[in-house]
Formats: sequence, C-alpha cells, structure tokens
Amino acid sequence: MSTDETQVQAPQPPKDRKPVVIVDDVHVEYKVFATGKRPTAADRRSKVLRGRGKQMRTVHALKGVSFTAYEQDSIGVIGTNGSGKSTLMRAIVGLTPTSRGAIYASSRPSLLGVGAALMKDLSGERNIILGGLAMGFSMDEIEANFDDIVAFSGLEKFIDLPMRAYSSGMTARLKFALASVQTHDILIVDEALAVGDRKFRARSEARIREIRDNAGTVFLVSHSMQSILDTCSRVIWLDQGTLVMDGDPEEVIDAYNEAQDK
Amino acid sequence: MTTAEDAARLGLHKVGGRPPLRDYVADVWRRRTFIYSMARFKIESENQQNSLGMLWVILKPLLNALVYGLIFGLLLPSNTRPPHFVEFLLIGVFVFEFFAQSWTAGGKSITNNASLVQSLAFPRMVLPLAAVTQRFLQFLPTVGIMLVFLLASGNRPQLHWLLIVPIFALYFVFSCGLALVTARLAAHWRDLNNFLPFLTRFFFYTTGIFFSVEERFGPRDGHKGHPTIIKISDFQPIHEFLSLARSALLAGDSYTIDERYWLFAGTWSLGLFAFGVWFFWRAEERYGRVD
Repeated sequence: MSTDETQVQAPQPPKDRKPVVIVDDVHVEYKVFATGKRPTAADRRSKVLRGRGKQMRTVHALKGVSFTAYEQDSIGVIGTNGSGKSTLMRAIVGLTPTSRGAIYASSRPSLLGVGAALMKDLSGERNIILGGLAMGFSMDEIEANFDDIVAFSGLEKFIDLPMRAYSSGMTARLKFALASVQTHDILIVDEALAVGDRKFRARSEARIREIRDNAGTVFLVSHSMQSILDTCSRVIWLDQGTLVMDGDPEEVIDAYNEAQDK
Repeated sequence: MTTAEDAARLGLHKVGGRPPLRDYVADVWRRRTFIYSMARFKIESENQQNSLGMLWVILKPLLNALVYGLIFGLLLPSNTRPPHFVEFLLIGVFVFEFFAQSWTAGGKSITNNASLVQSLAFPRMVLPLAAVTQRFLQFLPTVGIMLVFLLASGNRPQLHWLLIVPIFALYFVFSCGLALVTARLAAHWRDLNNFLPFLTRFFFYTTGIFFSVEERFGPRDGHKGHPTIIKISDFQPIHEFLSLARSALLAGDSYTIDERYWLFAGTWSLGLFAFGVWFFWRAEERYGRVD
C-alpha cells in the first residue's frame, strides 16, 4: 500500500479476517465559488466565456486518506463538522468521485444518511417491498422478513401511510430497519441514528453489533461518543481531510476529546 | 505488489467502476419484479389522492380524445383526412400519448429518484425501465377503450386486430430504448428535461396524428406532392408505429401499408434498445452524484 505523508499508526491487520474495503490514498477536491456556491454547468460555461477564473476555489475535502476495513469491523468515524467524514462515506459508496487515489470494496455498500425518504409518495410498506427488491431480495424473502422489519422500525401504526407524512426520525427508522436486513454486507450509517429516539438508538446499536458478528462491516459516523464506544471495534478520526488517528475506540476518542477541549 | 493488484486478488472491485455489461444485464433481469412492482405501486399512489381513484386510468385518455376530437373534428375541418377520421384520430392520440409520457417519465427517472439512488445499491437501469413499464400499464386500458370504441362505431372485429400485440410489444421496446438514452443524457445535463415537452409537442404536430401524412404530402390532383416528406415519414419511428397500428385496426385502402414498415419498426426498436442498454450502462457509476 502506498504510504502517505501523515504518520498514522494503522492497527495491526488481523490475520483471519478478509479486507472488504480498501481506501488507498484518496483525495477529493470540490470546485467551489468563493461565495460558497457550488458551480452549476451554466456557471462553469460562463466562466470560460468571460475568462475569469479567480472566484473559483478548490476545496480539498480529503487529503490522502488510507485505511483498510476488514469483515466484522465496525468502524466509528469521528471528527469536527467539515472534517470530511461524509465526503469519505460518499466516496466509499461511489457517489463522490475521487480526484486521486482509489477505493476498492467487496460489494456496493448501502448508505444511510439523514434526510429524504426513499420514495416519498409510497407508503412505508411499499417502500420496504421496493427497497428490498432493489437490494436484490426475492418477493418471498421480503415476505418472510417483512414483519421483522416493521417490528424493528416500530412503525406498525404508520406503515400504510405515505412516507412524506413521516417525521425525520420515522424515516430514519424505516430506512435503517430495511437496510440492516442485509446482514453480511457493508452498511454505512451517516448520522442517521442521531434523529432516532433513545429506544430506537439502543435497538439499532444492538443491530449493528449483530451485523458485525455476522461477518458484516459497518461504518458509523456519529458525534455521540457513547454510541461509538458501545458499537465500534475501531475508530477513525478525521480532521480537515486527513486521517489523524486510527485504532482502538477508547484511545482515539480520548485523544479526540483532548484535542477538542484545548 | 500494488494496492490495485492486492484488491483484485482479494475479490474487491474498484468503487466507481461498473460491472461487465453481461453481469449488469443479468443483475437487471433479476430485478424484473422490482420493475413491475414499482410501476404498479406508482400508478396506485398517483391516483390515491384523487377521489375518483383508479378511474383516472380510463378517464384521462377519454378526456384527451374528447378534446382532440372537438378541436380537430369540429373546429378545424380539413381536406387531408382519411375516411374513419374519428377512429384514425383516436388511435393516433392514444398511441402517441404512451410515447410522449414514457419519454418524459424516462428522462426524469434518475433525477426524480435521487434519494433512492443515493441510499441503496442496485443497478440504476431498473428506474427508467420501471418508468416506461408504468406508462405501458397505463396504456393497456386505453387500448381496451380503443377497441370498444371501434366496435361501438360499427367496425367488425377482425383476426388481424391481433397484430396490435406484436406492434405494441415492439413499441414498448422502442420506448425503453429511448428512455434509457434520455435518462443518461438528463443525468449529465438536467436541462434536457425542460426541452422534452417541446420535443414531444413537435412530434405530436409533425407526426400524422390528426392529419394523414400521405394525404397531405402525397401525390394528388395532378401535383406530385412532397416525396421527401413522405420519405422522411417512412423512416420516422412514431409514424411507423402509428401506421402499423392503424393498418391492423382499420379497414380500407388508405390504411394498407408498406410491409417494410415491420422491418423498419423492428430495427428501430431492437437497435435503439440495444444501444440504450449499452449507453446507459456506460455511465452507471455517474448516477446519483450531486456534482
């Protein structure tokens, strides 16, 4: 693996577990206007026409991040706002192209972020069926799992309402319940649990541990250090696009908290 | 050993790459239940909020035909009309409506489902295909209305009416191909969706829907007409599908068609579909990105 300039002590690679995600010296750069507005196609064209390039600024969101995730890893990702956590997660799913470096994964991960419902005009029930079919389950498998998914989401009373009527917490619960059925794969949870209530958070943390035990891999982006301590076997600390620390949860979180308090 | 080789040895794929075309198509085929279910659920949810509910599936095309019948049948008389004009118009409007609807819906299928695309991993090709399937399911009852209307207006059922089955099957394949191409173009360049209504309107007025291209531009009364326009129409797929459908359903000399239309329409459908699958797959990793 290529070495990068930051001196990060990577944990000893486990001998008996297979790598599922390799992040190799990844850089992500956004082109932004100095006003903070991302350029649209039309803006870019007019820039060329007028020959003014000064307002354009490049934001280097990730600066050479490297690590390897193994099966049965549950990796907490911490860092301040704007440290590149979400960018890294989106890059792992392939939604953000890397400017340099590459990411390799054993399968295409599911990404649970805060926000929009899957198909907001359809009921929760229909979203579960279609989401399941999209992830490659058969109708029989979905039927077999349907009650579990609904029970896990705790949305029995609302399951036939269109998802646009759901609160953000309810949306997150349904999405998490659905995406976490696929227990042997890569799941990325980007702050999605933060909108859930305490009961749901406890339940989903238990589910994450379960996925981990079933040879799945979970990335958990969170600002709740307690959540991370409870679920993660390893923590990655990002700061301003670089990997500051990668290792044992308690050690990394202690160092992070210390740096925050300074 | 480089990381890339390492990763390949471990069976890891580069993120942002795309699977080989063959695997990809197999993956899409495995999700055919998704395509059909999504189409059905969307129809239901679109009608759920209306008090007349599913009745709209039939009501919409009927009102459409009524409006066009009023305008072109009564308000704007013309001498470029074939016999059985009302049937001619009805078939034209209904058959064209499917094309216009599935083109527009196909173009928006990726951008409208951004949240789904960004959360779950699945071959994106199922979205445009589901959009066209939805319009096709909505088109089927209008075919029923069309047949009922033909019977009610005194046409005797003929065995060659059955030809509409292969015709509309080809028409569906053609629309899928067009939707795949448009969906990718719209993902690169969103403005395309704003142009689509104008494009469909252009085709609506230039394809023989409320006038017969042959009667308007063909040779008659000693004039030689406009052979170039006839020639272009011969190769225009929508005109081919309309002519095929009319020739299957309507009797009379003005509805006999060039048998080569089958070949042309078949080539258009399969050719555009094959190209569409390849073209859409080429940008698989691109869909759902925000920048």
